[in-house]
Amino acid sequence: MQTHQYDVVIIGAGGAGMRAALEAGQRARTAVITKLYPTRSHTGAAQGGMCAALANVEDDNWEWHTFDTVKGGDFLVDQDAAEIMAKEAIDAVLDLEKMGLPFNRTPDGTIDQRRFGGHTRNHGEAAVRRACYSADRTGHMILQTLYQQCLKHEVEFFSEFYVLDLIFSEIDGERRTAGVVAYDLASGEIHVFRAKSVVFATGGAGKVYKTTSNAHTLTGDGMAIAYRRGVPLEDMEFFQFHPTGLAGLGILLSEAARGEGAILRNSEGERFMERYAPTLKDLAPRDVVARAMANEVREGRGAGPNKDYVLLDLTHLEPAHIDAKLPDITEFARTYLGIEPYTEPVPVFPTAHYAMGGIPTTVETEVLASNDHVIPGLFAAGEVACVSVHGANRLGTNSLLDINVFGRRAGIAAAAFAAKAPWVDLPESPESQTVAMLEGMRSRDDGERVAEVRRALQETMDANAQVFRSEATLKQALADIGVLRERFERVSVQDKGKRFNTDLLEALELGFLLDLAEVIVVGALERKESRGGHFREDYQNRDDVNYMRHTMAYRTVNEDGSASVRLDYKPVVITRYQPMERKF
Amino acid sequence: MTLTAEAPVQDSPAAGAIPSFQVTLKLRRFNPESDTEPRWEEHTLTMHGTDRVLDALHKIKWEIDGSLTFRRSCAHGICGSDAMRINGRNRLACKTLLKDLPLDKPVVVEPIKGLAVMKDLIVDMEPFYSAYKSIMPFLVTTGNDPSRERRQSPEERERFDDTTKCILCAACTTSCPVYWSDGQYFGPQAIVGAHRFIFDSRDEGAEQRLEILNDREGVWRCRTTFNCTDACPRGIEVTKAIQEVKRALLFRRV
Ligand SMILES: Cc1cc2nc3c(=O)[nH]c(=O)nc-3n(C[C@H](O)[C@H](O)[C@H](O)COP(=O)(O)OP(=O)(O)OC[C@H]3O[C@@H](n4cnc5c(N)ncnc54)[C@H](O)[C@@H]3O)c2cc1C
Ligand code: SF4
Ligand code: FES
Repeated sequence: MQTHQYDVVIIGAGGAGMRAALEAGQRARTAVITKLYPTRSHTGAAQGGMCAALANVEDDNWEWHTFDTVKGGDFLVDQDAAEIMAKEAIDAVLDLEKMGLPFNRTPDGTIDQRRFGGHTRNHGEAAVRRACYSADRTGHMILQTLYQQCLKHEVEFFSEFYVLDLIFSEIDGERRTAGVVAYDLASGEIHVFRAKSVVFATGGAGKVYKTTSNAHTLTGDGMAIAYRRGVPLEDMEFFQFHPTGLAGLGILLSEAARGEGAILRNSEGERFMERYAPTLKDLAPRDVVARAMANEVREGRGAGPNKDYVLLDLTHLEPAHIDAKLPDITEFARTYLGIEPYTEPVPVFPTAHYAMGGIPTTVETEVLASNDHVIPGLFAAGEVACVSVHGANRLGTNSLLDINVFGRRAGIAAAAFAAKAPWVDLPESPESQTVAMLEGMRSRDDGERVAEVRRALQETMDANAQVFRSEATLKQALADIGVLRERFERVSVQDKGKRFNTDLLEALELGFLLDLAEVIVVGALERKESRGGHFREDYQNRDDVNYMRHTMAYRTVNEDGSASVRLDYKPVVITRYQPMERKF
Repeated sequence: MTLTAEAPVQDSPAAGAIPSFQVTLKLRRFNPESDTEPRWEEHTLTMHGTDRVLDALHKIKWEIDGSLTFRRSCAHGICGSDAMRINGRNRLACKTLLKDLPLDKPVVVEPIKGLAVMKDLIVDMEPFYSAYKSIMPFLVTTGNDPSRERRQSPEERERFDDTTKCILCAACTTSCPVYWSDGQYFGPQAIVGAHRFIFDSRDEGAEQRLEILNDREGVWRCRTTFNCTDACPRGIEVTKAIQEVKRALLFRRV
């Protein structure tokens, strides 16, 4: 075992982690621990854009952006946080440009902007051009640019190191952050990182579902690790299903396609979004579009041999325009489905895309221990966190913004905390629990296969906790998860070695997914209303009287040693905008 | 060793057009904890229409032998994790559809060449990343930052568009015969990385970067074999980028 000591340890090297590292690294001794090489983080998969009311191409301002974010999130957004994000958006984009990000340009050389779902002029009047972009590779450019800046500033990375546990020490009856336990994939060795500040920036958890736009590695590690150590998780029942995943595969075709004019059609060729959202049509928020698509399929108007998808039609767009603005996603259609988007519509269906919920934080990115206490020294930013700027449904281009605004804030806050906080002693053998977990898994001789348990989990989540939910389906999912937990206790891995044992790590990742699936389903079961990404067939309306509040899920250990989810609630911060019915 | 795994044909809409088929994978394996030298292993699998080489590798790992080791993350050609040698050519496993390969003979999968094999298909990436770092892959500017964005015309932006697409997968560098035989050569990716900044109208570090590339181990080692361009999964014209850097060096004109 090796021990390291840093003022600030950042876990994750996606957009949020590296943006934090650029700030913390210039103020305090900082290390970034990441299970992937930085440029392999899933931020690189983001396509469409990052929004900011730059007003480069038409009239716009941050107040309109705040309103859209709040309304798009079905009023579960904390409005103080949304306002900060919309205001700081402008500098966040300009900072990236100064770091070298190659944005697309207007004829007069400023950053070009385009339309995206839910972003409007003057409180919903019409779609506005607010998304700054770099073709359909905006996330790739953000990830590369931040990595390049990290190289310039000599940020210290521990790549292919998996953080598996968070260490707290009790001081005067208060939980204090002491560091993390990590596993070096190359050697199988355990490393303890002692730190004054720990920043979680581990991204999303899309692999809870079978059909997803998320990478294999997005297994919600940070959320689950924190949850296991008693940190609550907020609003986990809100998961975004993106309308346009390649049918059967889940690979994303960005909303930018619709922003550039593509149209959704059913088997009858009808532009069905006109019926569901007369004003914004195909550019209504994602939850509205995804449900409309699923409904078309349910009512028998799906396309294809099994009538189980709808069509994204780009055929009326000029091929040159498609090549200039959407080169990558049209290539996905060609490569993976053999479809030529110039001439044929592309089969699409909703795909699990984004976790609105996560580790609850203040606007300074401090992690909450409860509704009104923070955990000193613990911070979170990016998809792993819930500030909450996305509420019940995230608007497109608001996540690349979130990771930059709150990633930056996390880096600054973590360094500031480290500058004034004393060192906390590590508890005795902080790694023992992790070692026991690893050895238990490695030494079990014969048992269940990880892949089978994972597949069963993903299938029940797709079938029972996706776009449409009801008490019956959610109870089914919960029962299935219970059975899968027992099977997980018997999981064994075939690779017994030390070096690059990805077999072992996949097993641990499955453990994280099981914990999170349970939290998602328990939260969804208790939320007897429909709001944003969470739609209950048995409670189809939003219920502001009973549910205008954030869910806070805590892990509790029962007397028999088993664990279960305890739910509590937190008020929503309302400043300017009173809840109203969403019409698009 | 030949193993066969049967799996139910998935009824995915996209798979409808192309039926399932048998494919044999011939894998180059090496685990330094148990093997003294690399060995070959074959598996015959039933796969479907839209399956890629990565799906076949996953099927083996998840259903037959959990110790088979490779890197992967995004599964759609965007993260650069899974460059490997497939039938003698460097490709991304997640972007190579099985149905596009000749299936009457085994599909041969090996680690990319020129970097030390750590286990099975995993190689040591550190030399590759250090080459990238050595060319100052970040925007270099002087003077104070402007208050708004730096201006750049669409034409100026277009000038270096091709090389901004790089995902650092190493397919180009590890397809280069010069790189295989000469451990010191930066390799094509580092030149692509430099090109991205040298031709960016906002950058002022071209002189320094060209100096680095003018080095003994730099751009002049390239013998224009075009392997790198063929290998690049992002369709970057790597050889052209190298030629442009060479020309810039000769004429010191960007
Ligand atoms: C296909 C796709 C397209 C998208 N398009 C857009 C868009 O156009 N606009 C927009 O705003 N948003 C978009 N999003 C959403 C957005 O890209 C993500 O929400 C955002 O990039 C997440 O960034 P992050 O830094 O939080 O996490 P990530 O980029 O996912 O990074 C997570 C990091 O954590 C590390 N990590 C994870 N677990 C561990 C562990 N146990 N130990 C150590 N390290 C760990 C990983 O190595 C990685 O470096 C898109 C998402 C997808 C999937
Ligand atoms: S230039 Fe192409 S082949 Fe080379 S590292 Fe970049 S993406 Fe990979
Ligand atoms: S897995 Fe990401 S490029 Fe293949």
